[in-house]
Amino acid sequence: MSPPTSIRSTLAEALRGWPPPPLDPAGPHAGLVATLSWVLFGMALAVLLMVSVALVVALAGKSEWRDRLGREWLIWSAGLALPIVVLTGVLIYGLTATQALSQAPQPGEMRVRVTGEMWWWRVAYLDAEGRPAIHDANELHIPAGVPVTLELEAADVIHSFWVPRLAGKLDMIPGRRNILRIQADRPGVYGGQCAEYCGGPHALMGFVVVAHAPEDFQRWRAARLAPPPAAPADGLAARGAQVFRDSGCGACHRVAGTEAGGLAGPDLTFVGARRSLGAGILANNQGTLAGWVADSQAIKPGNRMPAYRMLSGGDLRALAAYLESRR
Amino acid sequence: MRGAAAVGACAALLVGGCGKTGGGPTAIAGADPGQGRRVIERVGCGACHVIPGVRWPQSRVGPSLEGFGRRALIAGRFPNTADTLALWVRDAPALSPGTGMPAIPLTEQEARDVAAYLYTLDAR
Repeated sequence: MSPPTSIRSTLAEALRGWPPPPLDPAGPHAGLVATLSWVLFGMALAVLLMVSVALVVALAGKSEWRDRLGREWLIWSAGLALPIVVLTGVLIYGLTATQALSQAPQPGEMRVRVTGEMWWWRVAYLDAEGRPAIHDANELHIPAGVPVTLELEAADVIHSFWVPRLAGKLDMIPGRRNILRIQADRPGVYGGQCAEYCGGPHALMGFVVVAHAPEDFQRWRAARLAPPPAAPADGLAARGAQVFRDSGCGACHRVAGTEAGGLAGPDLTFVGARRSLGAGILANNQGTLAGWVADSQAIKPGNRMPAYRMLSGGDLRALAAYLESRR
Repeated sequence: MRGAAAVGACAALLVGGCGKTGGGPTAIAGADPGQGRRVIERVGCGACHVIPGVRWPQSRVGPSLEGFGRRALIAGRFPNTADTLALWVRDAPALSPGTGMPAIPLTEQEARDVAAYLYTLDAR
């Protein structure tokens, strides 16, 4: 399948634009990576220039210059000593400059566990004791201006968590817990993408980080910790809730406050509040919700949700209305 | 000069006449087809429809919109006029309560832009 070049989604935002997102850091952790990239680029450019000059002299220089270029001491110094000095210097610089990236999380820092699954992200906000307090998927809400600790895990194969404007890549490895700290200096929406090939729809495994102003973040958090939205009493959404029950959606999806408690797929308690659908790839509205349920295989071939082609038009629309009302 | 003007007038008549009698592409006043295509990509119409010019997604939950500019009926029920189409893409259930196509979050202008784009689709 060709890459989704025509969508204006988080996926496109994550990897496109000018300057390229990895060189357009929006926080200190990504800033270190960008600085390191520029230093390495500059050094490579200097080496390229030196080698080019030597090449031109060797091919077209005066014989006097060519003789000098061929002397043994120059081969020892420029060919061996210089690379050792330069590369060692770069190694020391790189390790010192990026030391802050592996700094241990500070006590009291917000912690979120993000688990890579084929082909979406399970998100759990941890309380002070490290227990999951808020369940979500494919979207991460953080307060701007402070570091947040991410516990990266994988449920099946190796994935890689990458939000280019906030931090470097870090692999999610089954059986391990990797710690990544991210920080967004300003409120905004930052796209992410799985950066380690993980099977068929890997390219369609996107992610959104939403950084809020601190007071907005507290409001968001309070709303998520409050009891989930009540079941719709009547209208299309109520019919949709019935369709959700009758179709067995709860076998794979959890909706807090209802009997739907499936853990195989994304938590749908607040699915209507998400900015995107299908793991950061589609706009989230009743239309895309209906299309996803009826035939997600046409949108994201190989994903683990079967196509629900047996629903009537009215039922499908009611289900979409119900899902959209979960906000 | 007069000859050229006459040819121009004939061509305009032919084009205009074709649009009226053959159901070919219709321009909508004040609507921008290019903007319509961008709206289609942003809201994700491709989650249900194959739409020429939109590379992904290309789902077939609803009908393909290839050649929509030459189609006589919307959803097999309503005359394919600009006003009806602009209403349909925004709020299909208002026209057809049993439809599987939900109301789509579009402004009136965006709906007209989308309709204008669909009218550029002219596969023969």
